[in-house]
Amino acid sequence: MSQTAPALRMEGVRKVYPTGDEEVVALDHVNLTLRSDEIVALLGPSGSGKTTLCSIAGALLTPTDGEVEVGGQRITGLSGRELTAFRRESVGFVFQTVNLVPFLTARENLLVVDELGRRTGRKARERADQLLEELGLSDKANTLPGQLSGGQKQRVAIGRALMNDPELVLFDEPTSALDTKLGDQVVHLIRDEMKSRGTAAIIVTHDDRITHYADRTVHITDGRLDDTDDHREPAATGLG
Amino acid sequence: MRLALRELRRRPNRFAVATVILTLIALLLMFLGGLLDGLEAGSTGALRRQPADALVFADGAEGSLVRSRLSSEVRDAVAEVVGDDRVGGLGSVQLGARLDGREPRDLVPVVLFGYELAPDGLPEGGPAAGEVYADTSLEAEGVEQGTVLRLGPARSKVRVVGFIDDARYSGQASLWGSIDTWRAVLGDNRPSARVGEGTVQALVVRDDAGRGGAELVEALDAAGDGATESFTVDGAIDALPGLAQQRTTFGQIIGVTVVIAIVVVALFFALLTVERTGLYGVLKALGAGSGSLFAGVLLQAVVVTAVASAVGIAASLLLDAVIPAGSLPFTVTPARLVSSVAALLVAAIAGVAFSLRRVLRVDPASAIGGAQ
Repeated sequence: MSQTAPALRMEGVRKVYPTGDEEVVALDHVNLTLRSDEIVALLGPSGSGKTTLCSIAGALLTPTDGEVEVGGQRITGLSGRELTAFRRESVGFVFQTVNLVPFLTARENLLVVDELGRRTGRKARERADQLLEELGLSDKANTLPGQLSGGQKQRVAIGRALMNDPELVLFDEPTSALDTKLGDQVVHLIRDEMKSRGTAAIIVTHDDRITHYADRTVHITDGRLDDTDDHREPAATGLG
Repeated sequence: MRLALRELRRRPNRFAVATVILTLIALLLMFLGGLLDGLEAGSTGALRRQPADALVFADGAEGSLVRSRLSSEVRDAVAEVVGDDRVGGLGSVQLGARLDGREPRDLVPVVLFGYELAPDGLPEGGPAAGEVYADTSLEAEGVEQGTVLRLGPARSKVRVVGFIDDARYSGQASLWGSIDTWRAVLGDNRPSARVGEGTVQALVVRDDAGRGGAELVEALDAAGDGATESFTVDGAIDALPGLAQQRTTFGQIIGVTVVIAIVVVALFFALLTVERTGLYGVLKALGAGSGSLFAGVLLQAVVVTAVASAVGIAASLLLDAVIPAGSLPFTVTPARLVSSVAALLVAAIAGVAFSLRRVLRVDPASAIGGAQ
C-alpha cells in the first residue's frame, strides 16, 4: 500500500440498528481519518458507539451509510467473504479479554493468523519468532496461555495482531484487565511497536492515561465524534 | 483444520466422554451385526452349500422343506429342462441326536439331510448307507470322525465319516447322508411322514445353459405344470420362515442405534460449539472463514468416530476369537465391519451438521467489546 494513503478514512459513516419498531443510531455521520502511522485514542462512555466504530473500521461490520477506506482500499461494498479475507490480511485486533487460543503455545497463537489464510510457512515462523523477541517473550514461546501472566498474554495478543503486517490495528480496552503499572508498560509497548513499524492504531479506552501516548484523542458521545487535536484534553465524558 | 487436530491432541480429555460413548455404540452396532450375520449363517448354511442354480419345491410349500414333497414324475419333468444328471433330490428331517457317554435326555438337535448332488465341500458320490458327513459345529459337541450318533426316537444309528463347514440349517447342526439314508431314518422316526421310493422334499437343479435365475425358475415351473414352485438359492434363503422378520428386527435395532449415535454426536458437538462461541468470534475476527471452522468440527467428529470404530473392530475380532464355536451365533465379516463404520461416520456427519448453523451464526463483531 502506498505510504501516502491514510490508514483509515471514514466519511459520513452511519450505523443504525433496528430494534423492534424503532431504530437505534449507533454512529451518526462520523468522519475520521488516520495518517499511516497515527495512534488515536478513542474515548467514550459505554454505549457511545466506540465499539461500533471500531468494528466498522476493522471490517467486522458494514456501515448503514458512508464510506470506509483502510490503507487506501475501499471496504464498503465488500461481501462477507471478502471482508473476512480483508481482515485476515490488513487489520490487526487486540481484544479486551485477550482471547488467545488456550491450547496453543504463545508462538502457535501468533502462527494461527498465518494458518487461517494461505500459509507462508517458514516466513511466518521467522516473523513470529522476531515478534516474540521484540515483545520480550522469546523464553515464553512454547508456553501455553494458562501459564502466562496477564501482561504476557496481552503482549502475545499484540504480537498476534501484528503477524499479518496490518495497515491498522484496533485495540479494544487493552489495559482494562491490567494494573496501573502493567497497563502503562503495555501502552508503552504498543506505542513503540506502532511507531517503529509506522502502523496506525485506534485504541478504545476508558483510561485517561492512554491519551498521553496517543497522537490524538477522539471523544465519542451518542454516536457522534467530538474530534479534538489536543491529546491532553481531559476526558469529561470519558468514564461511563 | 490444523487447529482442530491440535485441540484433539492437546486436550484429549475433552473428547473422552464422546469417544467412550461412541465406542460403546460402535461395539453395540458391530455386536448386533455380528449376531445377525451369525444367526443368518446358522440358518442358511445348508442352502448356501447347495451347488444349485435353482431349488424346486412343491407348490404351496412356500419354500419350506418340511412341507414340500415332490414325486418322481415331477422330477422327470424337471429333468426334461436341464438334463437328468443335473437334478438331485434333497430331503431333511429334524431330530434329536444321542451321543455315547451322555445323559439319556441330553440331546443334540440336528438336521439330517439326504442328498444326491454333493454340496460344496463334499466329495461327489454320496456316502454309503448309514454314513454321514457332519457340520463342523458338531465338533464342539465332541463329535469326531467315527462317532456314532443315534437319531430320534428310533435311535437310528449314523456314523460320522467326515465334516462339512458352514452348513447349519435353521440354527441347528446338520448331518449329510445319502438320499436313501434320509428316507430310512425319516421312515423309522416319523412314520406319519414316511415317503415312498423316488419321493423327495426338494430338487437341486444345475443349469448348463447359462440361464439367469428368473428365466430358469420360470422354465422349471412351466415344466412342473403347477406342481412346483422354484426359487434361486437366494430366493429360497429369503423364503426361509422368520429370516425376513429377523433381518427387519435387527435392522430396526441397528437403525435406532445409529439414531442414538447421531444424537450423541449432535449433543456433544453442539455443547462444544456453544463453549467455543467466544473463540470462534475471535478467530472469525482474525479472518477465519465459517467453512474452515466448521470443517474443523467435522474433522474432530470424524476422528472421534474413527477411534471409536477402531476400538469396536478390535473388540469384535477379539470377541469372535474368544467365543467358543457353537456357543453363540456370532460371525465377524469385513462387510459388516465396513458397513458399521460407514453408518457411524454418516451418523457423525449428520450429528455435526446440527452445529453448522451455530458456527455460521457466530458474529465476528462479537469479539470486540460487549457486542451490540
